[in-house]
Amino acid sequence: MMLTDREEEILEALWGEIVEKKNHTCDISVLKDDEAIKKLADLDYVDVKNNQVKLTNKGREKAKNCVRRHRLAERLFVDVLDIKKRLVHEASCKFEHLLHKGLDENVCILLGHPKTCPHGRPIPEGDCCKDAKRIPKKLIMLLSELEVDKKATISHLETQDQVMLQKIIAIGALPNTGIKLIQKFPSYVFQIGKSQFAIDKELASCIYVRVI
Amino acid sequence: MTIDYKGPVEYSIELAIEKICELLKAGYFISKRSVALLLLQEDEEIKEMVRKSEGEAINKIEEVVKEAKSHFANPITYELALERQNEVKLVIEKVVKIKKEAIGASERLSQLTMNPITGIPILLFVLYWGLYKFVGQFGAGTVVNFLEGILFEKYLNPFFIKIVTHIIPWRILQELFVGEYGVITLGIRYAVALILPIVTFFFIVFSIIEDTGYLPRLAMLIDRIFKKIGLSGRAVIPMVLGFGCATMATMVTRTLPTKRERIIATMLLSLAVPCSAQMGVILALLGGNPKAMLIWAGIVGLIFLFVGYLTSKILPGERPSFYMEVPPLRMPSVSNVITKTFARVKWYFIEILPLFLLASIFIWLGMLLHIFDFIVGLLKKPVELIGLPPEASTAFLFGFFRRDYGAAGLYDLNKQGLLNGTQLVVSCVALTLFLPCIAQFLMNIKERGWKTGLGISTFILFFSFGVAYIVNFILTKLGVIL
Repeated sequence: MMLTDREEEILEALWGEIVEKKNHTCDISVLKDDEAIKKLADLDYVDVKNNQVKLTNKGREKAKNCVRRHRLAERLFVDVLDIKKRLVHEASCKFEHLLHKGLDENVCILLGHPKTCPHGRPIPEGDCCKDAKRIPKKLIMLLSELEVDKKATISHLETQDQVMLQKIIAIGALPNTGIKLIQKFPSYVFQIGKSQFAIDKELASCIYVRVI
Repeated sequence: MTIDYKGPVEYSIELAIEKICELLKAGYFISKRSVALLLLQEDEEIKEMVRKSEGEAINKIEEVVKEAKSHFANPITYELALERQNEVKLVIEKVVKIKKEAIGASERLSQLTMNPITGIPILLFVLYWGLYKFVGQFGAGTVVNFLEGILFEKYLNPFFIKIVTHIIPWRILQELFVGEYGVITLGIRYAVALILPIVTFFFIVFSIIEDTGYLPRLAMLIDRIFKKIGLSGRAVIPMVLGFGCATMATMVTRTLPTKRERIIATMLLSLAVPCSAQMGVILALLGGNPKAMLIWAGIVGLIFLFVGYLTSKILPGERPSFYMEVPPLRMPSVSNVITKTFARVKWYFIEILPLFLLASIFIWLGMLLHIFDFIVGLLKKPVELIGLPPEASTAFLFGFFRRDYGAAGLYDLNKQGLLNGTQLVVSCVALTLFLPCIAQFLMNIKERGWKTGLGISTFILFFSFGVAYIVNFILTKLGVIL
């Protein structure tokens, strides 16, 4: 079930107070009788007793993801989009809610698995960060960097050379087409649809792919 | 079907098409829209055509193309391809269902042929059984021995000699038909008993290999090496064909995309690719001597790579690029193989038989007028320089009329026991590299023009003797006994 923006923000605040500051509980007398708290309790994300609130295991997971999305959004705004720091928090608050499962991983990979937000607070690790520790992985790479037998889609072509471009177009290696690399040496052989093609290194280095 | 090309909101490709269509006044064999699209993709041919028929208006059209280009980050060719692809996808989604298939045996075999670790042994296997065993030993050995040794020498030649000497009383004319180099006893005998079986067996193997879909796999295996000599994997087809008939292969170099590649391929075909007829005789000459055969193959292979490398360094032009569809491996169909082999052998025979007869007449005339004695005399010195008996100069001269004549001439010398192992290797190297046969010489000029054709031939004349001299020098100095 989708949480509202406000509910997600409450979870984030609880993450900061309880997990990061290592308090056992958090006083929420200000928010007594708040609808959002009630809903979080109903969903079994929090336990409320005498104005003291605790995160359940389920709630911890949910809160962690909210914080992660928020801080990744901040990183994205500062590092990539170059938004002034004081505007960052506000923009990120709106943007984080768009970063749902899957999308946050893409942003995380794109940014190279950042460890902290621009304000210096830690960004909780996602699955992709754990994978990245084992094998460094990029989201978009050259066809020549793709592993053999791994499926990918072509993300874009990069050449200003008309002749080379026409050759690649003739093969049908166009963006959003599924591609599977069959071998790399001595030439690059790949499959698109039902057809297989062999190309040399120069042509292969015009083709960028996105791993599925 | 017309696709409505979009693009950025403020500027669409459609707008550019519209503007160009308005500027196009002349009539074209395709619709104005197609002309406009090709102009936007900067097709040089169409641009030239429009320049001729529209005159001044081409400048305005170029303005529109320039403006359109400024609205896109990518070349317009790319933008159009993207939109077309989207359209295709929409159609396909509606009408096509794709079933998932497991990886079959043919796919596995295909991968084995493309992986260098397994692919190179497979290639050697194909070469050994296809070329060496089938074409070389069976075609050029068993079948030729039967046709030449038994059919011609025992039955046909004596028969024709009898008839001709009976009908024609003059000795000179008798020589023309049934003499040592007569039209029938040499021309037709070589063409029918020697060349025909060898070429036929080669084309059978080539057609089978072609029909299985193996050639593109060979092309992708060899591309990296061919890049070093200024060619791409695509050139593997004329090169392999060159082992059948270099003249035919030179014609096939037309399929190569750039002039530079065509020149390099022509050069290598003339110099270092022995045709099947020559190969047949060389295999027969060196067959009993594996060490000599290895040295010959090693030297010719090295020369192939070395000269290719040098030529690619000297000739200006862009590096070739390689792309090729790899079709699935298939069982060759018997009817395909028969049809293709038949068509090729027929072409070859129609082209070649007259040349053989002509060559016989030339040789007859040359003998009669003592021109050949003179040239053979001229060749004696260089032939001696490379350590061969003077009789070999005749083989070299005839080699020009047909490369295989030359090789066959050596074959006769060897049969008389005039050559030792080193001399065999040296003469085979020299003949392989030596000037292409007259048919290929003419083809070089026809395909590449006078200057390049003659240039290649002159280079080869000196180069082949140069290499032979060095080989003889080294082998003799090292005291290699073959």
